[in-house]
Amino acid sequence: MSLLEGIGVTKYFGGLAAVSQVDFKIPKGKVVGLIGPNGAGKTTLFNLVSGVLIPKSGTINFKTENITGMQSYRICRKGVARTFQSVNVFGNMPVVENVLLGAIFGNSNPSSEKEAAEEAMNLLEFVGLSEMRSVPTQSLTLGDKKRLEVARALATKPELLLLDELMAGLNHTELTETMELVNKIRDRGITIFMIEHVMRVIMSICDRIIVLHHGEKIAEGTPKSIAANKTVIKAYLGE
Amino acid sequence: MNWSKLELRKARTPGVLLIFLILLATLTLYASPYTVIFVTSIFMYIILTVSWVIFSGPTGYISFAPAAFFGVGIYTSAILGTELPLPIVILTGGVISFILALFVGALTLRLKGVYFTIFTLGLVELSKHLLLWYEIKFTGTRGRFVVLVDNTTIYYILFIILVLLLLTSYLIRRSKYGLALRSIGESEEASAHTGVNVNLLKTFTFALSAVFMGATGAIMATRWTYVDPYIAFNLQYSFMPVLMSIFGGMGQLYGPVLGAVIFTMLEEKLITEFPYYYMLTIGLILLIVIIYLPDGLVGLIQKWQNRSPEKQHVTP
Repeated sequence: MSLLEGIGVTKYFGGLAAVSQVDFKIPKGKVVGLIGPNGAGKTTLFNLVSGVLIPKSGTINFKTENITGMQSYRICRKGVARTFQSVNVFGNMPVVENVLLGAIFGNSNPSSEKEAAEEAMNLLEFVGLSEMRSVPTQSLTLGDKKRLEVARALATKPELLLLDELMAGLNHTELTETMELVNKIRDRGITIFMIEHVMRVIMSICDRIIVLHHGEKIAEGTPKSIAANKTVIKAYLGE
Repeated sequence: MNWSKLELRKARTPGVLLIFLILLATLTLYASPYTVIFVTSIFMYIILTVSWVIFSGPTGYISFAPAAFFGVGIYTSAILGTELPLPIVILTGGVISFILALFVGALTLRLKGVYFTIFTLGLVELSKHLLLWYEIKFTGTRGRFVVLVDNTTIYYILFIILVLLLLTSYLIRRSKYGLALRSIGESEEASAHTGVNVNLLKTFTFALSAVFMGATGAIMATRWTYVDPYIAFNLQYSFMPVLMSIFGGMGQLYGPVLGAVIFTMLEEKLITEFPYYYMLTIGLILLIVIIYLPDGLVGLIQKWQNRSPEKQHVTP
């Protein structure tokens, strides 16, 4: 059964089709990668799913419900959480409050503030930031900020997690740690849909891969089949 | 050792507050009429400033709308003052301001940054000229007389509004909504994706802050006895709360209070003793504050506290 499904999703920016007639299915419990050259429409697709943008045509279903054009906070409360391509944390707030916000507001069955505080602490532990809990967020390193974003997203108790280039800009050690983190999240039963450029990550973590190019889906399949796919290679490397 | 000092300070704060409250609550018994009227003005500015900070402080939306809501309160009083009992008039002033702010907020809070600011500035001018047009077209007069209320009553009504406002502001700051408002100020996008109903929260908080401005306008009008649209919708009531908040600092609840008190006293002193240098001095002080104290007096106090060795940790 697919947790998230898109049918003919299309979005124009002026005359440019940023995302054009894209169909996709994210099966429950899997890790699905979304790849493509720069400007392929990957983040736009995420923005359409999470309610930042409204598609011109097409439908997006989450579980059995049509969430097309719904407001972001409602999509979040239904169980779709995300992180951002350029890290987007609340810099002037202490680390723990970032997560606390998600625990309090992020779900349609709200936790009491005491429970939320506990959840926030547990999640900081989970991503390895519990030592940093009262530090101002802006003083964290990029890697820590990214893990904080993940913790904030997890605090909303999502069923589906959208990760937008989580690995970008990380050093080798951080990369390994973050890959472990993604695996740990999958083990919690959370479905993951991730945009990624780091091939090592995609090939080892993803169950399936979707490839976008110029806003269109050009391929879909297992990592192996994608690596061997001629159209994909052409899109990345040219003729 | 450190702990006991911190505990002591914590325990002392409510005591100091209580003494302040009692002194202010009994002010009319021992102070001169001049002092009572002067403190009334200070109260008015504290209310405008603190209620402005409820919304604009955490979210960073600079609103120049206070004069509009204040003016609505004034005209509520001017129109209904002779017909309804005073508490009802004041309540009505608050409610009408609330409704206007809800409407304006729903319409404009999608605007960000400077666009929102310019719109609120326009709102004041629009209200003023709409009213002026109405008065001249339909009543044939520019101004109105307002029912007279004695200074003691005005003082106590403002005192009550102020206490309610400080309580409201304190509770919002400590609540989950305070947290959500701050997250909006940091990043609206991230806040929405974390489950915060950004538009509703912004609109409602904006409207809540307008209640206090409207109610204050309704009672202040009775002190002036005569009002016209230029007096009621004077942009000074929009600028002052902004300046006083910057001066005091918005990081703590006492910041805007301190800003309003000191600024009003300074203004009074300068106007009465150095009328020619009044604006010049105010301008200079503001420049110095913005350049050297970007977090206002609160920032200065915190810097000073952090320098003293016993200070370890501040709970937000």
